[in-house]
Amino acid sequence: MTLLRILRYLIVRAVSLFLTVVVGVYIAILIANMGGYVDQIRKAQIREQVGSAVQADRSLRLLPPAELRRVIDQRIELEEQRLGLDRPFILRSFNYLGDALSLSLGRAERLTSDKGSRQVRAIILERLPATLVLFGTADLIVFFAAILAALFLSRRYGGFLDRAVIALVPTSAAPAWFYGIFLILIFASLLRLLPFGGMVDVPPPESAPAYALSLVRHLILPIAAILIGSIFIAIYNWRTFFLIYSSEDYVEVAKAKGLPSGAIERRYILRPTLPPIITSFAFTLISLWSGAIILETVFNWPGLGRLLFQAIGLFDTPVIVGSVVIYAYLLAVTVFLLDILYALVDPRVKVGEGRGKSV
Amino acid sequence: MSALREGLKEFTRYPSAIAGLVIIAALVALALYTVIAIPYREGMRLWRGGEEIWIENPRNARPGWVNFFSRARLPKTVVVSSEEGAAQRKRVRPLPGGLRAVDISLAFNYPYDAFPSEINLFLKASFKERRSYVSLFWLTPDGRRVSLGERSLRAYERYSISLDRRLAQKLGRVPPEIALFAGKDAVAETSPPLRGRYELRLEGLFFEEESNLEAKLVVYGQVHGLAGTDHRRRDLMVALLWGTPVALAFGFLAAVGSSLTTLFIAAVGVWFGRWVDALIQRITEVNAILPVLPILVMIGIFYSRSLWVMLGAIIALSVFSLGIKLYRAIFLQVKESPYIEAARAYGAGNFRIIFRYMIPRVIPVLIPQFVILIPSFVFLEAGLAVLGLGDPVLPTWGKVVNDAYANGALYKGYYYWVLAPSTLLMLTGAGFALVGFALDRVFNPRLRTL
Repeated sequence: MTLLRILRYLIVRAVSLFLTVVVGVYIAILIANMGGYVDQIRKAQIREQVGSAVQADRSLRLLPPAELRRVIDQRIELEEQRLGLDRPFILRSFNYLGDALSLSLGRAERLTSDKGSRQVRAIILERLPATLVLFGTADLIVFFAAILAALFLSRRYGGFLDRAVIALVPTSAAPAWFYGIFLILIFASLLRLLPFGGMVDVPPPESAPAYALSLVRHLILPIAAILIGSIFIAIYNWRTFFLIYSSEDYVEVAKAKGLPSGAIERRYILRPTLPPIITSFAFTLISLWSGAIILETVFNWPGLGRLLFQAIGLFDTPVIVGSVVIYAYLLAVTVFLLDILYALVDPRVKVGEGRGKSV
Repeated sequence: MSALREGLKEFTRYPSAIAGLVIIAALVALALYTVIAIPYREGMRLWRGGEEIWIENPRNARPGWVNFFSRARLPKTVVVSSEEGAAQRKRVRPLPGGLRAVDISLAFNYPYDAFPSEINLFLKASFKERRSYVSLFWLTPDGRRVSLGERSLRAYERYSISLDRRLAQKLGRVPPEIALFAGKDAVAETSPPLRGRYELRLEGLFFEEESNLEAKLVVYGQVHGLAGTDHRRRDLMVALLWGTPVALAFGFLAAVGSSLTTLFIAAVGVWFGRWVDALIQRITEVNAILPVLPILVMIGIFYSRSLWVMLGAIIALSVFSLGIKLYRAIFLQVKESPYIEAARAYGAGNFRIIFRYMIPRVIPVLIPQFVILIPSFVFLEAGLAVLGLGDPVLPTWGKVVNDAYANGALYKGYYYWVLAPSTLLMLTGAGFALVGFALDRVFNPRLRTL
């Protein structure tokens, strides 16, 4: 009975999440095309390109005007057909949706990967490592450092360090890119210790150790910027959270029983707070996907955020939609897995009962 | 409401909160001062009016206060014009044959320890058919006389002395703005300029009755005003001042627009329940998939960069933000409380209950979040500007940072250009965050018991 109920719940949940993804991606497609307005921009671009290409072609310039006109129109039509601009936008938008949902990301219209491929998949995969190495490192440091520091501080509630961290919390009002500018000013511009931006030296070092060293040197400033921008608020939030949980009655009882503080922390504080910690961790991981447009711009970092920015600037809808759809799937899958995980970790969550849902 | 007043009393006991309030008050005062002292039209004229408005400002000049910190006194801009104080500066005497000779002497004192950044001479001549003819001489404090050439004048002429290649060649391939101010045997560029009285003398001939000539010498300094200038010679003070009301208004309106609508929708969803609640929940989930910043970038590139369009888009995207889930949890508890039942018993309508009984209960939770939200929108606007998507008309702090970045301010060492707007941004962030976090500790019941 229970198994059936869980199964039914999971199926309902999966379907509803999938519908969410469908609607979200479709809205993203509509926005990325500005409801079809981008088509007009692209048509004008094609016209201009064909016009100048014909102008530059010597053999065509000698044709009589009527003939030339015909050649131009033909080429425009061909180019519009190639991009599918000859069909109404609404029809195409559903094609886009189908392609996006089946993850056949197709070909970019203008962007190419550094290797020259026009496959959206290749373009995205090429940028993925850059984003992962920067935000992966930084976000993992923030996540684990914040939790450890918060546990430490919640034990020394009201102490000097605790108050110092609270005093530093307002620094998180400014985003990471903002600190990035300051760090560049100090360490790159003034002291000339670290590079202004980019991922490796130009030209990239040949040997692997030299390459790694160069990468590390370029990583220091952006990671520092992310840390300054988010670590104090993260510590503060987790600290408050742990404090609330450590004032529960069962913790008092455990203390009264004389359990060592390590055991109390593990069994009575960390265990019940595990679900939110896992949730936060999962969302940290998927937030990696979008990169950070502004931070990557400030540091000239060749990651997914920059890619998205370039794609938008070039009206390259397939790349924009590709990036959004992958994020949507990651989000949906994560939420789904968290639903299951909650049921496993938290005995209080009874799946499929009552009116509300657990997440 | 008495709880609110008590909370405020407790709030004033946090020194950080007081500091935050002082910062916010100062920013608001600055914004009010700006709007009154430099009305919108005047601000736009000063910032976007065209080159003639800022032609007498030096390019990329540092702020004036750097002189307090360095031993060497950096030069301010010197403007000497024959139109003002004309009696001594311009002399016209008749010559035989209907000609007239004109002598203009533009003298100025130069007490600084660094060379000027540029020298321009603006000449305004009036004539009917025959152009006036003029020879230019540069007189240094140690009595040298350098010829700057001769020319026949058009109606309006700008002689960029510092860009005159032939003159530079003549002066030993040293840029004129340095060579003309260097001592006699000085190894230019390393040694300081010669201090004292300099003079630019124009000796000319008028061939007609109506001929006239006015000259204005501008020796551009290295410092300007309190904020310095940018690459187009514009006084950064205008942008920094006008950025204040723009940033505050933008942050405040965006925070009001997004948090109040979110609150209202959460309350409606909880109160009506059933499909209304379900629909709101689903929309929230769809909304979570949409990437906010990329959409704003798209709007900026495809449609409009206007600050107010961005404001509308930000509010529209954050109406169904995840905050709804938080408020929903609180409202679910509130909905079951007895006083709501009492209100229902006396026959209060749906929206009366929502507005009079439900929303006020959440205000204490809302206020701190609201205050903390304001700077996040200010920084969002600045971030869009850093991406090159700032408002095309209004000067904002973010646009100043973007200008600085685009012109390599950090590479070239124009730190003031980045520091001034960033400091203002930082103050805004710190002010609201200090107040917000203090309010959070006062109003958040779970934190108060700790």
